[in-house]
Amino acid sequence: MARVIVDVMLKPEILDPQGQAIARALPRLGFSGVSGVRQGKRFELELDGPADEAALSDVRKMAETLLANTVIEDFTIRVEG
Amino acid sequence: MSAARVGVVTFPGTLDDQDAARAVRLAGAEAVPLWHADHDLKGVDAVFLPGGFSYGDYLRCGAISRFSPLMTELIPAAQAGLPVLGTCNGFQILCEAHLLPGALTRNEGLHYICRDQRIRVENTRTAWTADFAEGQEIVLPIKHGEGRYVADAETLATLEGEGRVVFRYAGGNPNGSLNDIAGITNEAGNIVGLMPHPEHAVEELTGAPSVDGRGFFTSILKRLVNA
Repeated sequence: MARVIVDVMLKPEILDPQGQAIARALPRLGFSGVSGVRQGKRFELELDGPADEAALSDVRKMAETLLANTVIEDFTIRVEG
Repeated sequence: MSAARVGVVTFPGTLDDQDAARAVRLAGAEAVPLWHADHDLKGVDAVFLPGGFSYGDYLRCGAISRFSPLMTELIPAAQAGLPVLGTCNGFQILCEAHLLPGALTRNEGLHYICRDQRIRVENTRTAWTADFAEGQEIVLPIKHGEGRYVADAETLATLEGEGRVVFRYAGGNPNGSLNDIAGITNEAGNIVGLMPHPEHAVEELTGAPSVDGRGFFTSILKRLVNA
């Protein structure tokens, strides 16, 4: 049993209007010192078995196929715990 | 002459399939309902992927629809030359399915936009635009929150170089799309995707800003009848 985290972020060159809107909201709430915000998605995958090489290779395929659109997004995979 | 048969796909969350079917019938073709869960294109001559919020736009617009049973039939058929038109969510599905390059992302201003929009037709060699004139400006409704077309610099250069930008926004870019792109086509010109809605602009009775949308349906009919 293992938990694998897949983080999906818009590629740096893709405009993130949601992140920009959050960045503009922070000063209005009294928070200062943040020069930029990028918003992404986090997926927590509960595996039936261990996070071995074969399982992580499958997770990579899942990320490429469905979790991320690699035309506009990058992803990272890590095992938690 | 026997009527051409144009399939209209319905996913859970599709909204515009009834208007699309009506537009197909007004043009003189038979509208054939296609259900997302069937592995069956019912032998249609062309396919219309209408707009809406298929699968609730979960994950990304079109990301789940693209793996539906019907799409596993439609993708190879489209690659083999079946004419396919995707509007709005249909365009998003075509991009997620990699039948068209690039992607559609959140509008620059974050607002959902619903308005009549001027659009310039730039390519009249596709299966769906032959009845327009190159450079012609038409008016179609747009209604979307995620219509900002993006692609990497190389893809954009290819699209522009090969004349595959079919429609460009005129009189102001509503969503921040790169190069004002409103619609594109594949290399063969049989697959066209655009954010505006031709199926909502075929009858004055419904308050449409124009009947310019009819051109899409008369174009495909002529193509099918002459084929």
